[in-house]
Amino acid sequence: MTKHSISSLIYDSKLRGYFFQALILLGLATSVWWIIDNTVTNLADRGKTVGFGFLGENAGFQISATLGTWIFDYNVGQSSYLDVYFIGITNTFLVAILGIAGATVLGFTVGIMRLSKNFIVRSFATIYIELLRNLPLLLQLFFWYFAVLRALPSKRERIEIIPDAVAMNITGLYLPAPIVGPGFIYSVIAFLIAVVIVYMLKRWAQKRQSQTGQRFPVFWTGFGLIIGLTVLVFLSTGSPLNWSYPEFKTTGAILRRGFQSGSGMVLVPEMLAVWLALTLYTAAFIAEIVRAGILAVAKGQTEAAFSIGMRPGMTLRLIIIPQALRVIIPPLTSQYLNLTKNSSLAVAIAYPELVSIFAGTALNQVGKEIEMIFMMMMVYLTFSIATAAFMNWFNARVKLVER
Amino acid sequence: MKKLTAAMVAVAGVAFAASASAATLDDVKAKGHIQCGVSQGLPGFSNADDSGNWTGLDVDMCRAVAAAVFGDSNAVKFTPLSAKQRFTALASGEVDILSRNTTWTMTRDTQLGLNFAGVNYYDGQGMMVPTSLGVTSALELDGANICTNTGTTTELNITDYFRANGMSFNLVAFEKADEVVAAYDAGRCDVYTTDRSGLAAQRGKLTAPDSHMVLSEIISKEPLGPVVRQGDDQWFNIVRWSLNAMINAEEMGVSSSNVNNLKFDASITPAVARLIGKEGNFGKELGLSNDWAYNILMQVGNYAESYEANVTPLGLARGVNALWSDGGILYAAPIR
Repeated sequence: MTKHSISSLIYDSKLRGYFFQALILLGLATSVWWIIDNTVTNLADRGKTVGFGFLGENAGFQISATLGTWIFDYNVGQSSYLDVYFIGITNTFLVAILGIAGATVLGFTVGIMRLSKNFIVRSFATIYIELLRNLPLLLQLFFWYFAVLRALPSKRERIEIIPDAVAMNITGLYLPAPIVGPGFIYSVIAFLIAVVIVYMLKRWAQKRQSQTGQRFPVFWTGFGLIIGLTVLVFLSTGSPLNWSYPEFKTTGAILRRGFQSGSGMVLVPEMLAVWLALTLYTAAFIAEIVRAGILAVAKGQTEAAFSIGMRPGMTLRLIIIPQALRVIIPPLTSQYLNLTKNSSLAVAIAYPELVSIFAGTALNQVGKEIEMIFMMMMVYLTFSIATAAFMNWFNARVKLVER
Repeated sequence: MKKLTAAMVAVAGVAFAASASAATLDDVKAKGHIQCGVSQGLPGFSNADDSGNWTGLDVDMCRAVAAAVFGDSNAVKFTPLSAKQRFTALASGEVDILSRNTTWTMTRDTQLGLNFAGVNYYDGQGMMVPTSLGVTSALELDGANICTNTGTTTELNITDYFRANGMSFNLVAFEKADEVVAAYDAGRCDVYTTDRSGLAAQRGKLTAPDSHMVLSEIISKEPLGPVVRQGDDQWFNIVRWSLNAMINAEEMGVSSSNVNNLKFDASITPAVARLIGKEGNFGKELGLSNDWAYNILMQVGNYAESYEANVTPLGLARGVNALWSDGGILYAAPIR
């Protein structure tokens, strides 16, 4: 056994490794401790305490009527700061999910348009992409919000899209609101059962095709099955769904004219502007990703598909897209995460999302910066990690299987 | 995202601000200027012109402290803050004074780790509506859409007022005042609510200021004043007495135009002599020089001068902000 001296900490490669790793760990632990200790001392100096007790207190401010306030039944004077937190999360997720859906559809469309042989279609896509992705998102948000506001008729007027059902003015887009009766749950269950049956049908059809070569029209059968079964159950339970239509008054005191609260459903212009801005902005990036993905598939693949007699639609669906997705998915995930985080800009135009009502209004009333910013960061972190995990799983499914 | 990052930086600021920041006066002297948190543009209170010069009643408050500390009212740098950033910016040490039309409330005094050094403007929350609505009283506003700023007492006051009167409303709360005005101007809301001084100041930004009216109801008490961090009594005293000096000077008739003559006038009253540092040791007791108040009055002026230069042009009369001896409620503790 060799004898260790101080110098072997430097000259013995194994010991040296341990020594420096221990040193770095110690340094890291000291800095973390120093930050925590400093924070606690500074807070104590200013007479502030750390704790989450404030979450149970009543929040004494009104919040703009949105999905969050509807789900959590927000009531000033009764609802707590915890409710405010959940309303913020709901509203953030609402625009994030709607934005992801919108940006994906639009992004794929524009991306494919950019590869079109038609000059006008191709140029339109190019101009769209270069314009939208090169302007700061905050500016676009203001532009859409104030463009939308200025373009719409005033509160006492409306544009009717579907007479007496769907209409729009500066206070928002008004839609009929569903009123669910007892027994509606059976229709939902029927729908879910139909989806499961169709999934099994698809697997059976695939298996049969690979064994016998016979094809089965899964799409139309499945479509009919899902609609048919759901409608059948819905009708046989006595159509337990009513609609509340938005009510519009043109008489009475001027202030009372316009759409009446409590009737129908309203999508506020703030939400529409955030959704529009996030969708249009992110779609420009997704379009470029899609174009890159499609171009990454070698031309020989298309030619090979044609040579065995595949039609162009089938070629796109079965040969090009599955291979393009391998290239598209990883950067697409980043765009989804960006979109979610960018939704925090909505605070600028009064959309009551997490940053606005929780880290804004509520933080100002309570003053618990550290706890509240921490809670808010956890939301973005959780949602982003969940999105990333789902997309990684999806990526693992579509990536090239090497045999 | 920018705001989120700013908030996180502020949190980090709380974590890193060294404990030594308790002595703000030493820090301020070391860096050679006062960092003053102001609004992002409220005419009459804190507003920057084309060339970046800040003016306003709240700006003068910071200039007065700079004159008292450095003998130079220009030794101030301004940090424009949104309503929701302001307390974090002060708590983290990003600014030394918050002079941003901030309402003194019990929650803010006790829970935010801050101290209000006094009141430099007594305000109240009001409501502005388009005249075309045909509304004459706030009690007719049931069901209205209301635009306001987020992160202020305004949201709570308007909620309280509507609840107390059994009325419903929908609140649209923006982060910055400019967007509130733009949205109200576009017709998104029936009502714009904020402090009455703010309504007067922002009214000029509307496309047709004359087709809007301010309702007579004042729904809250809004004593606005400078704020400092809790736990630094010396700095707190400097800010409080800088404000008191300006108000006392108005009461004694000392202004920027005569303070220099009074300094060499043997016949001044003892109170004036104490104010301008000819008698007593009041400046030294604050940790400043004895001509602290003289410098304030010479370079910034008394309260009336500041008010007339900044607030009067908005069309806001002195009202409750007159001296107690003139029928108002402005009453400063004596310098003795």
